[in-house]
Amino acid sequence: MNSKALIVKNLRVRYYTSKGEVKAVDNVNFVIDEGSYLGIVGESGSGKSTLGYALLNLIPSPGKVVSGEVIVKGVNVLQLRGEELRRARGELVSIVFQDPFTTLDPVRRVGDQIVEVMKEHGISENEARDRIPELLESVGMPARLARSYPHQLSGGQRQRIAIAMAIALKPAVLVADEPTTALDVIVQRQIMDLLENARKLGTAIILITHDIALAAQRAELLAVMYAGKIVEIGPKDEVVNSPAHPYTKGLIKSVPGLTTIEWPEPIPGFPPDLTNPPKGCRFHPRCPYEIKICEEKEPPLVKVGNNHFAECWLLTHEGNANE
Amino acid sequence: MRLSEFFNKYARKTYSLSSLIPEKGKGMVYFGLGVVLIVLFLAVLAPVLTPYNPTKSVAMPFLSPSINHLMGTNKLGMDMWSRIAYGARTILYVVFLALLVSMSTGIPVGLVSGYYGGILDRGLSLIMDAIYAFPSLVLAIALAVALGPSLMNAAISIAVVYIPTYFRMVRGQVLSIKAEQFIEEAKVLGLPTWRILFKHILPHLLPTIMVVFSLNAADAVLTEAGLSFLGLSVQFPTPDWGYDLNVGRGFMLSGYWWLVFFPGLMITLLAIGFALIGEGLSERVRREAI
Repeated sequence: MNSKALIVKNLRVRYYTSKGEVKAVDNVNFVIDEGSYLGIVGESGSGKSTLGYALLNLIPSPGKVVSGEVIVKGVNVLQLRGEELRRARGELVSIVFQDPFTTLDPVRRVGDQIVEVMKEHGISENEARDRIPELLESVGMPARLARSYPHQLSGGQRQRIAIAMAIALKPAVLVADEPTTALDVIVQRQIMDLLENARKLGTAIILITHDIALAAQRAELLAVMYAGKIVEIGPKDEVVNSPAHPYTKGLIKSVPGLTTIEWPEPIPGFPPDLTNPPKGCRFHPRCPYEIKICEEKEPPLVKVGNNHFAECWLLTHEGNANE
Repeated sequence: MRLSEFFNKYARKTYSLSSLIPEKGKGMVYFGLGVVLIVLFLAVLAPVLTPYNPTKSVAMPFLSPSINHLMGTNKLGMDMWSRIAYGARTILYVVFLALLVSMSTGIPVGLVSGYYGGILDRGLSLIMDAIYAFPSLVLAIALAVALGPSLMNAAISIAVVYIPTYFRMVRGQVLSIKAEQFIEEAKVLGLPTWRILFKHILPHLLPTIMVVFSLNAADAVLTEAGLSFLGLSVQFPTPDWGYDLNVGRGFMLSGYWWLVFFPGLMITLLAIGFALIGEGLSERVRREAI
């Protein structure tokens, strides 16, 4: 039986700004198995990156995790402090960022940077150095490039180094926050393959992206975020082929096709201001199927299939009765 | 050309000395470096270069410069050339000791303050700004008087004066560097804070620290000379330029110009030397900042 790599319970993150409280992540729940692959998709500002940071207990000030649990291999990361938290980052959860051009320290050799990570997590310097060639080869880089500085490498190569650093300690969960947005599609494919490799070694991957097509191609599970909430989550095929939430439907329709000449259908309107999200269902002002109850009460989480859930009134008895 | 060959060549070029020195400030840096090196040689080779004991009376008083006494003798018949050469030791010792102390305080405190921010940063900034608000020489004099005249106390007084310079410069740069993605990356990979501060932030500050060091050294030369002019640094008969300048001042009207001229010249030259290095190097830092 698979054990759980990550359990997220009732996670709420707020940013305290001068304009008010931003409810960036609101009551998010999900569970993923060891070595599974979750894609989190959503528009800019839907809270998906904030969610990724929260998994590392790394919400920058003025943000704060207000409530919830993030349990990785039985450890609640949100309760760790000091040295324990430091060790957890990298060993339990790790992250790969969007822009490979700025994630590496420009004044130090990339090999030294990888060694440094291992050293600070209890691996001896010699052992760490011995592991470098193998690690670099696992991300498709020749071992001799360990001696180069970041500016001597291309974007794709730098992202490979960043991945090598992130998987050096074999974390249980690897968050990839838009890891290929800054790269071209050929390199994108290679990077995606690397994540797949890491997964084969037992690391669960969480791919955060705005590109639903990419997530649908790679992930097993798909979660759709809107205005700080997961509005739909389920096995990829089900979510893509029979989306339950109107927002997911809209998102899938707005993907441009490569071979069709039809324009994709955009979702009308804009994502809401999260300091003051709409009452009831947060999507109702943009929803083509809106009914009365959507404006009044938050929709419940409804089971629509095996492991497939969505938050929408239309899926409930109340919603259908009112119609 | 193979890729690795290209990298090697490029890397070597980046780290050669001449590439560190900016094109525009090149003359200034080399001239300043020359002056400082001459004074340094003078200090190191003082026993070889001078035939007399600088603290003993070796001839008639008030001899004008000649072959035997290149810079004449003072009122006690001490050889001025010997005193100038050994005096270079005193001033360089005090200046470097002082700057070492102020750097090793100001830089770590600035790193911590800028990195952690919050109330700690407010408090430290307040203290540092309070020190900075004093005119530097006045503060150094006050401290030296309080501590009592000695070489060590002069160094400490000067050190305290320059701590805020390093603190403010380092803190300001940390504020911008800590927002960089690679610092975030270091955090998510579980690197300890001290390592982030000293291995990932500090190296980026080195060019600026070099500039500030040189400019401060120029200033510290004048402050040290000022302190010893007032008798607040080393005690007679230890050779010291500032002290000799003060003593010589009393005999200027008697026509013994060499008692004032040589110490004054050396103080000026050394200060200019450090200042030129700093100014020249800052051309590069400024250019990179754009």
